[in-house]
Amino acid sequence: MNLDIKTEHSKEEAILYIEGEVDAYTAPQLKEAIEPLTEKDGQLVTVDLTNVSYIDSTGLGIFVGALKSSEANNSKLRLVGLNQRVMRLFSITGLDEVIDIEEGKKEGTQ
Amino acid sequence: MTDHADHFEMKIPAKAEYVGVVRLTVSGIASRAGYSYDDIEDMKIAVAEACTNVVNHAYKKTGYMLLSCVIREDRIQIIVADRGESTEVSSLLENIGPIDSSKPVSELKEGGLGLFLIDTLMDKVEISNESGVAIVMTKFLHRDGVEQHVDGIPTSADKQEQGQKQ
Repeated sequence: MNLDIKTEHSKEEAILYIEGEVDAYTAPQLKEAIEPLTEKDGQLVTVDLTNVSYIDSTGLGIFVGALKSSEANNSKLRLVGLNQRVMRLFSITGLDEVIDIEEGKKEGTQ
Repeated sequence: MTDHADHFEMKIPAKAEYVGVVRLTVSGIASRAGYSYDDIEDMKIAVAEACTNVVNHAYKKTGYMLLSCVIREDRIQIIVADRGESTEVSSLLENIGPIDSSKPVSELKEGGLGLFLIDTLMDKVEISNESGVAIVMTKFLHRDGVEQHVDGIPTSADKQEQGQKQ
């Protein structure tokens, strides 16, 4: 029931590797990690959710916030590696139509 | 058909750190009752959303959330209740719905998806507001293993009608 976040930086891209469950308890941790990155002009922020087993509306809200922040600050937010369950929530809520999402596979950007 | 029902009750401090405990509890109970993996995951999200509402809105200071589960032959009822005063059901029911992708990003809502998810993921949802708020969420057991598909997204307005049909 915990969340582990690792961040990797390259020139233009920041990749966040999220592991665990995103709920009301752990979401503030996620927000703290993502938001400052989306505030940088021109930054590509990739969030890797391959190891996220659970997410609910609190977590979805963090990504909506991050999307808003990226738009306001001219950065770009991208989610990758979503499993079927996590992807389903993004579809049900319609968030897949507004957020750049790549399902189930990791990109070799390391 | 026998009208046998097994009851579970739990009183949990209304704190975010314990929402996961409620999730695990419901997962265990639903698993014991024979629900599929997907149904259990749906119930975990629904119960967590209900608890998160209590944690965020019910109490000005501290309080408890009350979890009850009633297992019947063909269904499970999960009830999350609080004894708070600060939540008006009418305010909870405002703006329920998915994200409106036609809106500019800056106007997208960051909250309010919780009740929408409960409504979508459970078969039947009732909310009462007597002393505090109680959300009664029902999931039917499909023994044939055929998944029920939710085609439309029920709005809060037609929910009651849906409840009467069942």
